[in-house]
Amino acid sequence: MSAAGARVAPATGQVARAVRAANAQGRAALVVYLPAGYPDMATSQACLEAAADAGADLLEVGFPYSDPLMDGPTIQAACQVALDQGYTPRDDLAMCADLTQRTAVPALVMTYYNLVWHYGGVDRLDHFAADAAAAGLTGAILPDLPAAEGQPWARAAAAHGLDTVFLAAPASREQALDAIAQVTTGFVYATSTMGVTGARTALGADAQPLVERLRARTDKPVCVGLGVSNRAQAAEVAGFADGVIVGSAVVRAAGEGGAPAVAELVADLAAGCREGHAAR
Amino acid sequence: MTAAMDPTDVDTAHFGRFGGRYVPEALTGALNELDAAAREALDDPAFQARMDALRRDYGGRPTTLTLAEGLTEEGGGARIYLKREDLAHTGSHKLSNVLGQGLLAERMGKRRLIAETGAGQHGVATATIAAKLGMECVVYMGAEDCRRQHLNVVRMQLMGAEVVPVESGTRTLKDAINEAMRDWVTSVEESHYLIGSVVGPDPFPRVVRDFVKVIGEETRAQVLERHGRLPDAVTACVGGGSNALGIFHAFIDDPEVELLGVEAGGEGLDTERHSATLTAGSEGILHGARSWVLQDEWGQVRPTPSVSAGLDYPGVGPEHAWLRDTGRATYTAATDAEALEGFSLLARREGILPALETAHAVVPTLRRARELGPEGIVVMNLSGRGDKDVDEITEVLRATGQRVPGMESPA
Ligand SMILES: Cc1ncc(COP(=O)(O)O)c(C=O)c1O
Repeated sequence: MSAAGARVAPATGQVARAVRAANAQGRAALVVYLPAGYPDMATSQACLEAAADAGADLLEVGFPYSDPLMDGPTIQAACQVALDQGYTPRDDLAMCADLTQRTAVPALVMTYYNLVWHYGGVDRLDHFAADAAAAGLTGAILPDLPAAEGQPWARAAAAHGLDTVFLAAPASREQALDAIAQVTTGFVYATSTMGVTGARTALGADAQPLVERLRARTDKPVCVGLGVSNRAQAAEVAGFADGVIVGSAVVRAAGEGGAPAVAELVADLAAGCREGHAAR
Repeated sequence: MTAAMDPTDVDTAHFGRFGGRYVPEALTGALNELDAAAREALDDPAFQARMDALRRDYGGRPTTLTLAEGLTEEGGGARIYLKREDLAHTGSHKLSNVLGQGLLAERMGKRRLIAETGAGQHGVATATIAAKLGMECVVYMGAEDCRRQHLNVVRMQLMGAEVVPVESGTRTLKDAINEAMRDWVTSVEESHYLIGSVVGPDPFPRVVRDFVKVIGEETRAQVLERHGRLPDAVTACVGGGSNALGIFHAFIDDPEVELLGVEAGGEGLDTERHSATLTAGSEGILHGARSWVLQDEWGQVRPTPSVSAGLDYPGVGPEHAWLRDTGRATYTAATDAEALEGFSLLARREGILPALETAHAVVPTLRRARELGPEGIVVMNLSGRGDKDVDEITEVLRATGQRVPGMESPA
């Protein structure tokens, strides 16, 4: 994909609107990740609903994949638990269909490209996009699909009204950031550190400069993830990003205390998102 | 799609529709750096000279080409030659790859090598080159493979490498690759991921190929020298595909030379217990590249049992997918039983204990030799030595009660 030839996609979909709505209320958007089927399908849905009720602005529903390159030990183990129960993407979509009926908080699927690419045979990308949209999902995050390979998916997503989210990293070149900013329609996922998912005690100092580099080329929302695990870190990130993405810490809460533990942590993180934004 | 992912206009990142770079964005910086370094290095006579000298004086290249009279007789057809990669330092074709990548790492100023390993051969080779070049070395190895190939774990440790058993997923090679990539994402500044085969995101398949293609270049010259013509067929076992591509590559533009890859058929292609990706898999995306993958209908990657840990991989290099697609190379599979038979034949008729990986290529090679008839010439890549496999073979014979000529099933 040449940067010059790419169509600049507008950020007008539900995903961007949800981030902007939170910002308009004086806070960074809180984006919460939980895998479908962990510890079982019903509990995962309950945890997602609890996160929505406790203040999440966007939900990321992980569809477990056998080879989750981007994920650290917590999410890997949780996804393995789901896979061991035999859940397939079709089961995950069925859960999403119910979830999106029961909550107004927009939900995106987060999974790996091979599952999307494989879905339903011939027009696979289109087929997946159609079924995701039918399940009420508003977009997809595919962490192993870089913008340079992302046009086929971007077309399928656009055809079914799904937002795309592409990842940017501190080491991304200017040219790559241009492509990411152009092909993204939801928000740009700025990875805070060079790393995989997993709660960290210290966040990289790389995130803020990356957010600034992205802002210089797009007014699409920029959310920061990888390593945020508590209120103080959420507040720190909310000080410079449009949204804060939390995964492993919430997954751990789901595993340890189910929906109530998720609700408690999400409420705390949401407070951090308000505090950090207010302190700007 | 014609995504050119480097600053040049030519799309070197793909082989037809295969290959590419399906990785988290955090890795693209390192992949770009590697790509640029590899291009510069291969154009730099000083780099070539250093690599050639180490290959020769340290690695034992060129490896010899042995006329396998016993195997030829068994086949009852074409003359069979063995390209003796088992005689290279560390006992397999893998030294050429690690030597090249080790020197690249040095050139990029990286002092820490990360590797994954299945059989342990690549881990041993990486530990070797790390010791030689004075670098730190961390090897990820599936916990199951650590058990099967304990001797190689000890070898790596003796050379100062840290071996990390991988407990995630199926605890085999594919999971070791995932773990190595995760390490790399967090340590790209000081680390080079020294991938073990012609797999992974661009530019790895191309970089590794450029370091192992010396196998075929030597073979081509050796056969020409002896016979004044090219061989009729070149055969090799295929796991990720490095030894096969290594011997195939110099012949790709010689259409009269047939290229035959042999995958691990495990307990048979009609079972799910095999690692025959190109023979019985489907297209997909694994470890950063579009290629062929052993996976279920949803794209979840399948476990891949095979008698040899080194072929126990559910993907295959994208260039092989392309060679298959274009019809330039063909791929078949040999079962565990056929591999044991091949092992026994090489041991008894040639006095060579091959790696179990290598042993897969023997029976299909004999078959092809028979079809070609006595005027034909076939070269089989003898990718590695089999001392590491003696325990495993003993165990398999005990477990299956299988009888292999010359091998007593131990009580
Ligand atoms: C001796 C030997 N041959 C072949 C292989 C398979 O790898 P590849 O297909 O990359 O040559 C291995 C892998 O460990 C090996 O040790």
